[in-house]
Amino acid sequence: MNETQRSVALTVDGRTVQVAEGATILDACRQLEIDTPTMCFADNLTPVNACRVCVVELEGSRTLVPACARAAAEGMQVRTDSERVRHSRRLVLELLASSVDLSCAGEALQRWQADYGAEPERFGPSAPAAAPGERERQHAGHHAMPDGSTAATVGQPAKVEDDLYVRDYKRCILCYKCVEACGEDAQNTFAIAVAGRGFDARIATEYEQPLPDSACVYCGNCIGVCPTGALMFKSEYDHRAAGTWDEERQSVTRTVCSYCGVGCNLELHVQDEEIVKVTSPEDHSVTHGHLCIKGRFGFQFVQNRPDKP
Amino acid sequence: MDLHLAAAPPTGAERAAVDAVLASVGESSAGNTLPATGGASGDASAARASVGGTRARHRVRHLLLPALHGVQDALGWISPAALNYISERLGVPPAEAYGVATFYSLLSTTEQPPRVAHVCDDIACRGAGALQLCGQLEQRLGPAHHGGGPAKAAHYDAPGHGTGAGGAGADRQAAGAAVAGAERTTWVTSPCLGLCEAAPAVLLQLAGDPGATLAPATADAVCTALHRPAARPAAGPASAATPPALHSVPQAADPASAARLTLLRRVGRADPESLSDYRRHGGCAALRRAVALGPDGVLRELRDSRLQGRGGAAFPTAAKWEAVAGAAARPHYVVCNADESEPGTFKDRVVMEQDPFAVIEALAIGGFTTGAATGYLYIRGEYPLATRRLQHAIGQARDWGLLGRDVMGLGFDFDVELRRGAGAYICGEETALFNSLEGFRGEPRSKPPYPTEAGLFGKPTAVNNVETLINLLPIVLGGGRAYAAAGTDQSTGPKLFCLSGAVARPGVYEVTFGTTLRELLALAGGTTGGEPRAILLGGAAGSFVGPEHFDLPLTFEDTRAAGTALGSGVVMPFASGTDFVDVTRRIAQFFRDESCGQCVPCRVGTVRQEEALQRLATGSAGAERGLLADLAQVMGDASICGLGHTAASALQSALRLGLLDRNGEGQ
Ligand SMILES: Cc1cc2nc3c(=O)[nH]c(=O)nc-3n(C[C@H](O)[C@H](O)[C@H](O)COP(=O)(O)O)c2cc1C
Ligand code: SF4
Ligand code: SF4
Ligand code: SF4
Ligand code: FES
Ligand code: FES
Repeated sequence: MNETQRSVALTVDGRTVQVAEGATILDACRQLEIDTPTMCFADNLTPVNACRVCVVELEGSRTLVPACARAAAEGMQVRTDSERVRHSRRLVLELLASSVDLSCAGEALQRWQADYGAEPERFGPSAPAAAPGERERQHAGHHAMPDGSTAATVGQPAKVEDDLYVRDYKRCILCYKCVEACGEDAQNTFAIAVAGRGFDARIATEYEQPLPDSACVYCGNCIGVCPTGALMFKSEYDHRAAGTWDEERQSVTRTVCSYCGVGCNLELHVQDEEIVKVTSPEDHSVTHGHLCIKGRFGFQFVQNRPDKP
Repeated sequence: MDLHLAAAPPTGAERAAVDAVLASVGESSAGNTLPATGGASGDASAARASVGGTRARHRVRHLLLPALHGVQDALGWISPAALNYISERLGVPPAEAYGVATFYSLLSTTEQPPRVAHVCDDIACRGAGALQLCGQLEQRLGPAHHGGGPAKAAHYDAPGHGTGAGGAGADRQAAGAAVAGAERTTWVTSPCLGLCEAAPAVLLQLAGDPGATLAPATADAVCTALHRPAARPAAGPASAATPPALHSVPQAADPASAARLTLLRRVGRADPESLSDYRRHGGCAALRRAVALGPDGVLRELRDSRLQGRGGAAFPTAAKWEAVAGAAARPHYVVCNADESEPGTFKDRVVMEQDPFAVIEALAIGGFTTGAATGYLYIRGEYPLATRRLQHAIGQARDWGLLGRDVMGLGFDFDVELRRGAGAYICGEETALFNSLEGFRGEPRSKPPYPTEAGLFGKPTAVNNVETLINLLPIVLGGGRAYAAAGTDQSTGPKLFCLSGAVARPGVYEVTFGTTLRELLALAGGTTGGEPRAILLGGAAGSFVGPEHFDLPLTFEDTRAAGTALGSGVVMPFASGTDFVDVTRRIAQFFRDESCGQCVPCRVGTVRQEEALQRLATGSAGAERGLLADLAQVMGDASICGLGHTAASALQSALRLGLLDRNGEGQ
């Protein structure tokens, strides 16, 4: 942002607000402290506006528009509290919750589910999870006809392929964040991409190769951006599986990564004197939340040295 | 970027298939240089090849889909080694190339039999015995390959009964052949193949052989074609089995009606494979006239004509072309949208098969007017004959100087690149089409920005439907005002309609806007099975209308006022006694299959819609109607693109008309 930047005035729910030119409707909502649900949006990634949970009503637009991606413009009349908006947000939350395991998706999501009165159960009981490899084998444009007795889900076994992190795609909402973080927005590795089509679309390496055989360099930036716990440190995954994951007992310590001279800020999450995961602040000027393998997983070398020669 | 490539070497055949495509496409796309291959692929030292910057990669990335097609066409599937080789040649990360390959239904990343019959079981073909055909093929060739579709639910009628194709003896014989040719042949179900006037339709995808279609298809013909020895020349099944021009355009068969045709006037008269014949029948005159008028003159005529897009959205073409012509960013592009995949639609196919030079001439006028030197023609992958005719026409046009540098000595450059889709309805959506052309997954972009500002390769782009484009010829030749004299105030000129289903003479019909539904049906010899119970307008994305609308004048404004739309020009009557639950179920299945998967309302909403419809068909209607209405609203309001916006349209109209009531007339 430079000083010559102009601002635009728009109206949101009857209140006028000034935002910088280039800001989004979401920025305007935040400025007015209107709680706006978002799932695929992140401040450090290019908006893909795929989840549609942030939609708002814009005067003059036939359909609702995504607040996270639509640039604010002078004179816009926006509604975030109309029946239409509430309906779409509720349905998006219901559609997601009925097809994806959102139990690790955080408190904000739970709040929105309650606020919008989401009832995902009304689509019927969940269909059984897919067998290993079953979702990956789906051919674009072909699916088995459902009988309607259950609601299809993305349920499937977790991919545990190494000691560093787990891909548990039954939790994946297909927000594209990991793909962006692995690609142009941060890592430039392009180890993962969206494959398949429609409800069978999924995050995949080429030919579903295990991660250790792929281009992945284990920077863990995808874990950092994943909003639902689909990508998870192995340490956190194991704790959760054992029922010993307890955020109440965790402390977060800020430090500067000592592996090189770049100066990345690290947040060490410690539970019972064990580092259980490492993040980096999204607003940090050096990292924007992104790290490399040393900062992200170096703690494993520190911790595991005695038993791992 | 450090490109991670597995060390598996491609086979000689795989390498040759990729090299051939890159050589042929690469040379005609000016300014696109391939990165050096950097030594033999598969060589372990080349396992990590470093390719230039993002920009350099994107310059050749648009060759990704043609390269994938090349391997699929030659070998019948895309192996990891072949994909790696393509990735290396184009500098595309393998994970992304895989993401693109798995997006399309005509590409396979798992090994499959090299000869595949794609059997249409969509709404028009269902009324013409498609399910019986599927049943017979299941008996002879085994279950459908992808296991998807209705095959699993065993919906097919008992094979061998009442369809006249084969009989028990022939079935047993062919089953033997299938066993003998084990793993060489298979079949899958397919959405509409755009051959509805000759239903039921089949597309043959034959590794090493040109693609071909059969319509109307029988189980015998399918099995014969599948088991024919490989490497038969193009003269084989393809041309013989496509409906003849006069079948597809019944008006052309009658001299009195033929004399009144404008858009279809050359069908059945001019040889679609001869540019000189095209010129004898008035071809190329419009382009000369356009150059005489100059770009501003053409835009003036276009404005006067009030031409609106025929691809479904009815957008004024003049506004689009003016915006591109006046855009500061360079280069400009023109794109012909020939992805025609809306179930029930086949007008563009017939135009391209029967009058391919007209499409090229119109696109050249577009290039001249909007200042674009390159036009892309994106044709759906299921149209082998139209593709060959266009390829041939482009070749002749280049030889004759109708394309290339200094077009016909008129002082401007223009050339056309033909690109094939690979089985994805969504790629007809203009921004998905751009992504597909650029070598990305065919996912729609969010608008704004609009194509006229940032379209193909991020540049100002005029994208138009095939039918829209060929209207340019009469507009330029006869003037915009004369053109606008036909039709109504708000819907000017001639319009093509695709009639199929319960109609005596299915085909493409050209009428002026304002003709009523009833008149149009009369033109097609009337309906079969008496007064229809309902007529589907606009295809799967359209809506059913009941008898109260059979006198509706077919215009943009009248259909809009009646709560429906012309869409792509589909008019499909259904007789009373039709199982509308089955029809709407097939439509729901279509949207679930064709959703790109990008946004939640459509990706999950189409799944829930199909499930709820299944329950509606079997039991308690009350709750399901509420769910379906909720889904319709979120898909219509919050989806990214038109696919999601219209995914509930036909079903909701069927509910409104009582077509799904268990004790209603519809049953
Ligand atoms: C899901 C979807 C599929 C579409 N398919 C086609 C198509 O096959 N052919 C076409 O011309 N337009 C199609 N369209 C419309 C295009 O997006 C675009 O409006 C059209 O190509 C513009 O050309 P026109 O102005 O000449 O109609 C489709 C739109 C959607 C949303
Ligand atoms: S860890 Fe890094 S390189 Fe590996 S997939 Fe995630 S973002 Fe890509
Ligand atoms: S794995 Fe996580 S970040 Fe990636 S698409 Fe799924 S939910 Fe989003
Ligand atoms: S509406 Fe459907 S087809 Fe369109 S972008 Fe969304 S998921 Fe893709
Ligand atoms: S947060 Fe805006 S579309 Fe997902
Ligand atoms: S070709 Fe089968 S419905 Fe169109």
